[in-house]
Amino acid sequence: MSRKLLLEHINVPGINTFDVYRQNGGYRSVEKALKTLSPDDIVEEVKKSGLRGRGGAGFPTGMKWSFLAKPEGVPRYLVCNADESEPGTFKDRYLMTYIPHLLIEGMIVSSFALGVNTCYIYVRGEMMPQICILEKAIVEAKNAGFLGKNILGTGYDLEMYVQPGGGAYICGEETGLLESLEGKRGTPRIKPPFPAVSGLYNCPTVVNNVETIAAVVPIINDGADEYMKIGIGRSTGTKLISAGGNLNKPGVYEIELGVPVEEFIYSDEYCGGIANGKRLKAVVAGGSSVPILPANLILKTVNGESRLMSYESLADGGFVSGTMLGSGGFIAFDEDQCIVRNTWNFARFYHHESCGQCSPCREGTGWMEKVLHRLEYGHGKLSDMDLLVDVSKKIEGNTICPLGDAAAWPVASAIRHFRDEFEWHVNDPKSAMERNYGLAHYADPLEIEVKG
Amino acid sequence: MLSITETEVVSFSQELISRCNEVVARYPEGKQKSALLPILHFVQAEFGWVSAPAMDRVAEFLDIAPIEVYEVATFYTMFFLQPRGKYVLEVCRTGPCCLVGAEKIMRYIEQKLEVKEGEVTADGMFSWRGVECLAACGMAPVLQIGPEYTFYENLDERRVDELISNLKSKQ
Ligand SMILES: Cc1cc2nc3c(=O)[nH]c(=O)nc-3n(C[C@H](O)[C@H](O)[C@H](O)COP(=O)(O)O)c2cc1C
Ligand code: SF4
Ligand code: FES
Repeated sequence: MSRKLLLEHINVPGINTFDVYRQNGGYRSVEKALKTLSPDDIVEEVKKSGLRGRGGAGFPTGMKWSFLAKPEGVPRYLVCNADESEPGTFKDRYLMTYIPHLLIEGMIVSSFALGVNTCYIYVRGEMMPQICILEKAIVEAKNAGFLGKNILGTGYDLEMYVQPGGGAYICGEETGLLESLEGKRGTPRIKPPFPAVSGLYNCPTVVNNVETIAAVVPIINDGADEYMKIGIGRSTGTKLISAGGNLNKPGVYEIELGVPVEEFIYSDEYCGGIANGKRLKAVVAGGSSVPILPANLILKTVNGESRLMSYESLADGGFVSGTMLGSGGFIAFDEDQCIVRNTWNFARFYHHESCGQCSPCREGTGWMEKVLHRLEYGHGKLSDMDLLVDVSKKIEGNTICPLGDAAAWPVASAIRHFRDEFEWHVNDPKSAMERNYGLAHYADPLEIEVKG
Repeated sequence: MLSITETEVVSFSQELISRCNEVVARYPEGKQKSALLPILHFVQAEFGWVSAPAMDRVAEFLDIAPIEVYEVATFYTMFFLQPRGKYVLEVCRTGPCCLVGAEKIMRYIEQKLEVKEGEVTADGMFSWRGVECLAACGMAPVLQIGPEYTFYENLDERRVDELISNLKSKQ
């Protein structure tokens, strides 16, 4: 059994209320932090813990915090990124729905560490029920003296507000989010300056994912040393994985980083195998933006090692044969799924969500969608695959924000690993309209080079 | 598209104005524009959609130019710039949901309501549209209905039937 740090009490009845949460040890980290630690102690502890951003990029949280500029007399802000719009990802919604006080507790400790007196939780607008849950929890915490003026008599003041988005994936990108929070279109900013220097209202700002902020609570409660004992290598602690697609038991799982992918998919503790007795064809391991891998490559690296749910192991092989942990949005495809159709669907998504500021992203995502559409509907050409790779390369790295890369990678990786399925759509469009390509060789054992 | 035929002036109730004031107080002095998205949500919940005169009223309230409201309202997909059905069924159409039958559900809803995506049924009760990943992929297929954004998960045709007849009897 994986140890649970975030979801340990998730099944306790009433854990969404302040009283029950408190009876189960909630808000201890606030007492410890405000009464016994200095802000710098907390930053150091988070640094030491090895915690990495859970929003997708995996940037070390303590390091990000230590970059925060601290000019005299200028307010600083902490903004929690609860935009959760990356296809395949639904862990933050889960956490906010069932254990909202964990996020609020983490926000208080993090705000104290960063010298912040006003913080915002930016929640995607579609999560109105979660916005109500959080607002209620904030009132409860405030009534109990954990928010507002002079928290626990320590002299520390903190106000916390929930801000709704308006339905735009790009507002998950941190500078798009800040624009949106300022009441503007969510168009990402050119960096530098980074938010740590000039963020919300041009003031130094830290943006962190919901799960990242929540993880600060066990780190402060039990110490960085305990936290580091969980996980593997530079992937410390636990991670929430949202598992969806063709699984027997889709849902949100808290895993210790380092669980083998095979165990995660097939064991009864986690996803319980592929639904309807089918076989696994492919996996998108970290939200729609990360490269898709065929079954054989997600279970084993090209060196024949079993692949683990960790930042490093999933990335093993780079983009040639690896992928990324990303946001932890784990999508399983069974043997009946069509990779061409899914790739078109994702390309359509990114085209729809591009904010339109950069031409490579605005135009390129549209071209990719169009070409994939004709491939899916039987009008493709064999040259289309090279065309798609070419367009994806021209987007990658040439845009203001990483949405361009996020649009390019799924397409490039699908063609890299499933080229024959795309070719079949061109060579035999009639069959491709009637049935799917099936599992083909995508689960065959890898041929491993024997090193002499 | 903005509807520019409307010329009547929209007036906000005292209750709506006090909620707007409450939101403005969350931001530093002079940063009241931050309240724009929350207020547009209030407006949509109250009137069912966001009309041009309503946006002008929001601009006046926040002391910003009307264009600053239009450009924001047109950027975000949640704001309806035209009247919709009383209930808008928003079905997730993104990849993970399609792996477990979202497209079939959309076709079924289209057949059942006898209107195309974005249109309104003759009785003014329903509209439907596809939306992008709703962060509920493990409970797919899913749809949401505003203004509360109630979720309906693990949809099949029977559940869609039930949902629509419940909504019909609610009026
Ligand atoms: C297009 C795009 C969408 C993103 N969406 C989200 C999101 O929904 N939630 C999130 O936490 N981070 C998202 N990110 C990552 C954020 O920009 C940022 O890296 C993150 O919030 C930092 O928090 P962390 O360090 O705690 O992970 C997105 C990035 C991009 C480029
Ligand atoms: S990469 Fe795309 S989404 Fe990002 S700023 Fe450019 S156009 Fe907008
Ligand atoms: S893909 Fe439909 S909720 Fe995520």
